[in-house]
Parts: sequence; C-alpha cells; structure tokens
Amino acid sequence: MEWLDTIIQGVLLGGLYALFATGLSLIFGVMRLVNIAHGDLIVLAAFLGLAMVEGIGLDPFVSLVIVVPLMAALGYGLQRGLFNLTLGRDILPPLLVSFGLSIIIQNLLLEIFSADSRKLQVGALETASIQLADNLAIGVLPLIVFLCAIGVIVALQIVFYRTELGRAFRATSDDQETVQLMGVDNRHIYGLAMAIALGVVAIAGIFLGVRTNFDPSIGPARLLYAFEAVIIGGLGSLWGTLAGGVVLGVAQAIGAKLDPGWQLLAGHLAFLLVLLIRPRGLFPRAID
Amino acid sequence: MRAAETPRFRIERGTRASRSGALVALLGLIALAAGPWWLGTGNMRMVTEIAYYLALAQMWNLLAGYGGLVSVGQQAFVGIGGYALFVLVILLGVPALAALPIAALLTAIVALPTAFVVFRLRGAYFAIGTWVVAEVYRLVFAQVSALGGGSGQSLPVDAIKAIAETKAGREMAIYWIGLAIGIGAVALVYLLLRARQGLALTAIRDSETAAESLGVHNLRAKVSVYLVAATGTGLIGALIFLQKLRISPDAAFSVTDWTANVIFIVVIGGIGTIEGPILGVIVFFVLRELLAGFGSWYLIALGAVAVAVMLRSPRGLWGLIGERFGLDFFPVRRRLKLLARAPDKLP
Repeated sequence: MEWLDTIIQGVLLGGLYALFATGLSLIFGVMRLVNIAHGDLIVLAAFLGLAMVEGIGLDPFVSLVIVVPLMAALGYGLQRGLFNLTLGRDILPPLLVSFGLSIIIQNLLLEIFSADSRKLQVGALETASIQLADNLAIGVLPLIVFLCAIGVIVALQIVFYRTELGRAFRATSDDQETVQLMGVDNRHIYGLAMAIALGVVAIAGIFLGVRTNFDPSIGPARLLYAFEAVIIGGLGSLWGTLAGGVVLGVAQAIGAKLDPGWQLLAGHLAFLLVLLIRPRGLFPRAID
Repeated sequence: MRAAETPRFRIERGTRASRSGALVALLGLIALAAGPWWLGTGNMRMVTEIAYYLALAQMWNLLAGYGGLVSVGQQAFVGIGGYALFVLVILLGVPALAALPIAALLTAIVALPTAFVVFRLRGAYFAIGTWVVAEVYRLVFAQVSALGGGSGQSLPVDAIKAIAETKAGREMAIYWIGLAIGIGAVALVYLLLRARQGLALTAIRDSETAAESLGVHNLRAKVSVYLVAATGTGLIGALIFLQKLRISPDAAFSVTDWTANVIFIVVIGGIGTIEGPILGVIVFFVLRELLAGFGSWYLIALGAVAVAVMLRSPRGLWGLIGERFGLDFFPVRRRLKLLARAPDKLP
C-alpha cells in the first residue's frame, strides 16, 4: 500500500511535469525550435501570479485570467521580435539567443523579487485530500493539476486536428516553404504557436507556485524536466509527453522514497535509461 | 601541364597579419611570463583567471564552432577534472601538480561513456542532453560523503605546502601553469585545425553530407573532438580548483560560471574563429570590471550583448573586425596565390 501511494504521488507529480513539457513539445513540433528559456518563462509566470496575488489580492487560480493572456502576448511578441529572426538551417542562433534570454530573465527576476523562496497560497485546498482506503489518500490539489494537464492536452489536440489554425500548424511543421505558397504567413503562425505555448507555460507556472516553493534560480531545472518528459514520451506526440511526465514523476517519487537525496537523480537516470534503450522515446511521432 | 613547366601558383597559409601578429604575441608572452616580477598578487590571480577562461572558451569553440556540437554541459568536465584532482590528492596522496595531468586523463575516461549517451541526441537536443548529464554528475558527487557531500571540502594544508613552501612560490607555480594552459589551448586548436583532422572538421562544419561523401567519417571526427574538448576542459577544471583550494558540487558544476560565461565569451568574440575567443575574453573581463558594482545587472547586460551580437553579427566582433580589415592572425585556411606571370589559359 505504501508503494502504491508512492506511485500515485509520482503519477500526479507527472501531471505537473507534463504541463511544463507541453509548451516545449508544441513549439518543437511546429517550428523545430528548442527554447532554453522555457524553464525561466515558467518561473516568470509563477512570479507574475505572485505579483497578482500580493499586488491586487487575487486568488492564485483567478490570477490565471490575467497571467495566461499576458504570457501569451509575451510569447507572440518574443516570437515575432526575437525568435523569428533566428530561424533557419543553423541551430546555433536559436539556441544561443534563447540561452541569453534565459540568463536575462533569471537575473531580472532576481533583481525584482530577490532570491527569497516564494509560494502561492490557496488556503484549505493545499491540505485537502480524498481518502481512498485506510492509509491511502490523494491530495486534491495534485489531482486538479493532473486533470488540468489532461484538459490542456485534449484542448491542444482539438486545436491541432479540428481547426483551421491547427491545419496551418501541421502544414507549417511539415514544410515551411510550401505552406507560404499556400498563402500562410508562417511568421504569424509561429507567433501564434509560441503564444499558445506560453499560455500553457502560464498555467504550468501558477500550478508550480501553488504546489511548491519557487525562486528565480529554479528555471533551468524545470527546463530539464520538461525536456526529459518530451524525449521520454517521443518527439511530437502530446499524449507521449504526458506519459513522459508520468514516467519522470514516478521515477522521482520512487527515488525519493528510497533516499531523499536520490529524488532528482532517479528522474534523470530514468531519462538516460530510456535514451539508451529507446532513443526515439516511448511513443515517437515526428521524425527529427 | 607538362612536368618541366614551373607551377604558376603557390599554396599559402601565412598572412602578413599572422607574421607580424606572431612577433607582437611573442613579446607579450615574454612580458606575461615574467609576470611574477612585475604583477601584484591580485593581478596575477586575474591573469590566471583570464588564461583559464580563454582556455575554456577555446575548448567550447572547438566543440561548437568547429565540431558543430553545441554543448550546454561542459561544466560536467570542469567539475570532474576538479573532483579528480581532489580525489587524487586527498584520498590517494598524489602530489598536487602531478595530479593535474592524471585528472585530465581521468576526465577523458569519464567522457567516453558520456559521449556514448549524449551522441544519441542531435542538434539542440544534444545541447540540453549534455546539460542533463552534467546535472547527473553534480547530484552524484553531492551524494559521496567521502568528498564532503553537498557542502564540499578543502585541500589539506600539507598537500598545499607540498606544491611550494612559500605562498609566493605557490602563486608563481599556479600562475605559470595557468598561463601555459591558456596558451596551450590556443596552440592546440590552431595546430589541430591545420592538421588533417582540422580539414575534416571544417568540412563537416560547412556541409555534413558533402564531407561524408568525400570520405570523412563524421561520427568518429565528432566523437574525437568531443573527447579532446572534454580532456582539455578537465585539465582546466583541475587547475581552477587547485587555485581555489576548495571544491563543492555547486561550484564545480556551475552552469553560469563554466558554461554561460564561456558561451558569451565565444559568441561575443566570434564563434568558429581562433581570434574570437581571445577578443571575447578581453571584452568579458572589461565588462566584468566595469559592471562589478551592479550585481546581477552585469549578467543581464552580458546576456543582452550576446543576444544582440547573435542577431546582428553571428560571426561576432571578430567577424566584423577581421572582415573589415582582412586580418587573419591564425591562418588555418589555405590560400591559392597566383604568381606574377599569369598563364595564357587555365590548364
């Protein structure tokens, strides 16, 4: 029963990691861009939530109404003003520009919010749980996060496969030259893809802040979890990304159970193991 | 062309800049080598730091600029080199200076299986994969209590005393080793690029497919360049922590210190050139001294400059200067020079 509990906690933690990873997976799928600043953008969203909570006294969940559009607008702006200038055959410019952006965001947050560890308070919800058996309970908050991750992925699947915008995304992903001949402005499409990705990042950031402590330096670690979830799940598959997040979460939970110092290590080792056994991930879809 | 005819062209590599540059560089090096007699302790530390940052930048430039392998995980090898030195000195009683080359060798041994894992990822994924591996090493070293666990440990006094009896003697030894490693890194990259391997690397950089079709074994060339850069980085790491006399997982595997700064140096100076990292390291230290009082604004400024350079001038500052004035201090390209008497028609 104790182990079952560990695995359930791991699965639910995986929901948060899937939320981290979905934005990364999306922008890779549409424009083959790997954004090193992804983790720092998650932390930025958490701090924006904090500013809403402390500044105008909003509930963290209500702050999503402001933070999501704000991050989406930032995403569109970043893509049009910065990342679009780096796209091309060479992988170096997007990598280095996003790396520079990562350092800039981290240190700006450090200047504005200091290095103190923060948290978004949601009151009684933080400790609420559902009793499944005598010594088995599920936290309500982790469950909400997990269900939200599923909701986000379902919504993105609908956008991708049922809408005109999704068709443009898929076409741009397949062949960015031809799609322009068909009258699609791919710079705008890329901007929209990044806007959606950062909208998801905003949700991920608020949930991060609600579930755990955060400070300006934790962005890169979130990037690594997101990246690992994407690779474990297989490139280009959103459901695979959820599976990747769950694998990572369960590995970390088991590691933490064996020895608290092994939590992060166990997650990374699970990733390396998948990389060695199935280099293309568990559910590969895109061909790199 | 008949055998009796004299060739009408000559293959040249040296340039006027490279010959006069070599003379100036030689004079500068003699002055620096005499540093202990005219530089103060503080300045000697600074020169050592500049030298090892130059060496780190050359290693990363070799990897990313010439090998096309953009790594964000070179701090793994700085840390392993540093920890190898501490293991050798503290646990095995090896004299510190003798431990330096052994630490480099040990880093190479660790880099081989690491390459096996990270080479499963390509391009941008390789970059983040190397970062994951560096994190794994950091977390593993934090678990080893014999090495001080997460809080780290210092070199014992008698091991430090064994380097040289006096403080001045130790500073002198570390200064010269640092200088030698800085210059050695430049020389290594230069000689490597002028050799066959360099030609192969340059070909891969320009077009992987074309290089492969001409008989270059791409993967082998890339793995070798990865191992050379890892070994060099390990040696530099060992020196860095010999100078600092104290090591901890967070300092040894710091992504900001050993990778972010290094990437900024190379990108600002000019990636894919030997002059670039030299210029970049000068810009880096000037900016650092100027902005020392502004805390993290310094890193923000550095990041912004690097982003601007990458967008406006992807070949860096050296790309602008070198092209404008036709300068080439480290000629690794071959030039075809036609002699005065031009042929009537091309053969």
